[in-house]
Amino acid sequence: MSHALKDKAAIAGIGLTEFSKKSGVSELSLAAQATLAACEDAGLPPSEIDGFVSYTLDSTDEIELARTVGANDLKLFTKVNYGGGAAVGTILHAVMAVATGVADNVICYRAMNGRSGQRMGQGISGQIVSSDLVHWSWYMPYGMLTPGSWIAMIANKYMHRYGVTSEDLGRVAISQRNYAQSNPRSFFYGKPLTMEDYLASKMIAEPLRLYDFCQETDGGCAILVTSAERARDLKQKPAVIRGVVQASTRGQEQMTSYYREELDSLPEMELAARLVYEQSGLGPDDINAACLYDAFTSEIIMQLESFGFCGRGEGVDMVRDGALDIDGRLPNNTHGGLLSEAYIHGMNSIAEGARLVRGTSTSQPEGVEHVLVSSGVGVPTGALILGRD
Amino acid sequence: MAQSFRMKPPMGEDNGWWWQEAAAGRLAIQRCTQCQTLRHPPRPACGECHSFAWDHVTASGRGTLCSFTILHHPQFPGFDYPLIIILVDLEEGTRFTSQLINCAAEDVAFDMAVEMVMHEDPDGFRLPMFQPAKGAAA
Ligand SMILES: [Zn+2]
Repeated sequence: MSHALKDKAAIAGIGLTEFSKKSGVSELSLAAQATLAACEDAGLPPSEIDGFVSYTLDSTDEIELARTVGANDLKLFTKVNYGGGAAVGTILHAVMAVATGVADNVICYRAMNGRSGQRMGQGISGQIVSSDLVHWSWYMPYGMLTPGSWIAMIANKYMHRYGVTSEDLGRVAISQRNYAQSNPRSFFYGKPLTMEDYLASKMIAEPLRLYDFCQETDGGCAILVTSAERARDLKQKPAVIRGVVQASTRGQEQMTSYYREELDSLPEMELAARLVYEQSGLGPDDINAACLYDAFTSEIIMQLESFGFCGRGEGVDMVRDGALDIDGRLPNNTHGGLLSEAYIHGMNSIAEGARLVRGTSTSQPEGVEHVLVSSGVGVPTGALILGRD
Repeated sequence: MAQSFRMKPPMGEDNGWWWQEAAAGRLAIQRCTQCQTLRHPPRPACGECHSFAWDHVTASGRGTLCSFTILHHPQFPGFDYPLIIILVDLEEGTRFTSQLINCAAEDVAFDMAVEMVMHEDPDGFRLPMFQPAKGAAA
């Protein structure tokens, strides 16, 4: 049975701003630059854009962006919740609109002064009571104020259970840093990482060291989604959306799903995997490359299991076998990822997914037919499979 | 009164009662009065039987360490680093996120027995912390 969304839409354009630690411009300006770059990349005038989707964490309103870039009348404007968990969720919303005729050409965007402006994990307090603030208040009074502290609790349990070592996390960091050496956009371009450097890096939240953490970046990224049919008439080779899903499971919290029986797997990512494979009619064996969400190195190893590339507890064996490298079973985050390219909340990894399908990555593996991209880990999340037309 | 560094929880209908229990020196666990299921963190209804009726029990304070992280950076004012944050499997069956005190960082271990100590800040704010259980093997 063919799914209602499968193969109906495609990524026709990707647009990025420069990545820096201090952009010196507003987040609206970054969003506009990225949007115009995506339109230019696709060869579609901005006046044809009739939908915008972003993250609830994004400060740029859809209508401000529309006016700034001279978009068309809007038929879709929406924002997706849960931080980096929104990433491929934005694509899902765009695809639902395009497949149903609600909108024709939708820009998904994320633009942030993530270093010079409001940084992630700065903590919250005040007089306002909401279910979200009450959730954080079980952790923040104890000094668990940062994403690293929240994720470390799960990483430690997982590593303890399956004998994953610091060196294994280091292998993930080094693999992605190696990719960054071919990518001039990357923050760590020209700065390779050795295991010695990795192990000497500052311990932040045991078992996580500095180089287990993603970047903080100023920058923007926009993805243009349109119908597969229209995409074929545009400038770039379409990255056809074979499947795209959101997923949240029982016991889900934002970053702190600590009350499930088992803490050494990612149930929401397993659901995303099942749904995206069902929708696309594909399986792990069909996936040739991936951009797995990597706010932290430990998340990569766990996701290899969630997406069925190996069994429970075997992710570390894949990493030790070099599976993530360019000549490995599953070249992963070939742009350097959030760890080494930039942290645009996963949007830049969707752009890399499109490049891998086009064959234009700065580290392009041979014969890429299907690419898997995932959203944030430890939060309500999602998965996307892109394919060659 | 000493100035407090600690971020205070917003006190709403769903959680304020729990902090009042802590202020009285007790570690509370919410209980569905229809199906008796214990739940933490507190929520207005039971996910098992959908009842909005609840009361609470007072935990014994005994539990085992399910997971932990030792925080080194960034260092926020007022907290002592390395800061040991733990998940405790309470003997009643629910899990609780807390801080481990009276324990050196190198002595923290999975599955160690721990017991609750009610910590009080200089401004009088109280929150449950844990320490290695007395009499338990180190
Ligand atoms: Zn009940």
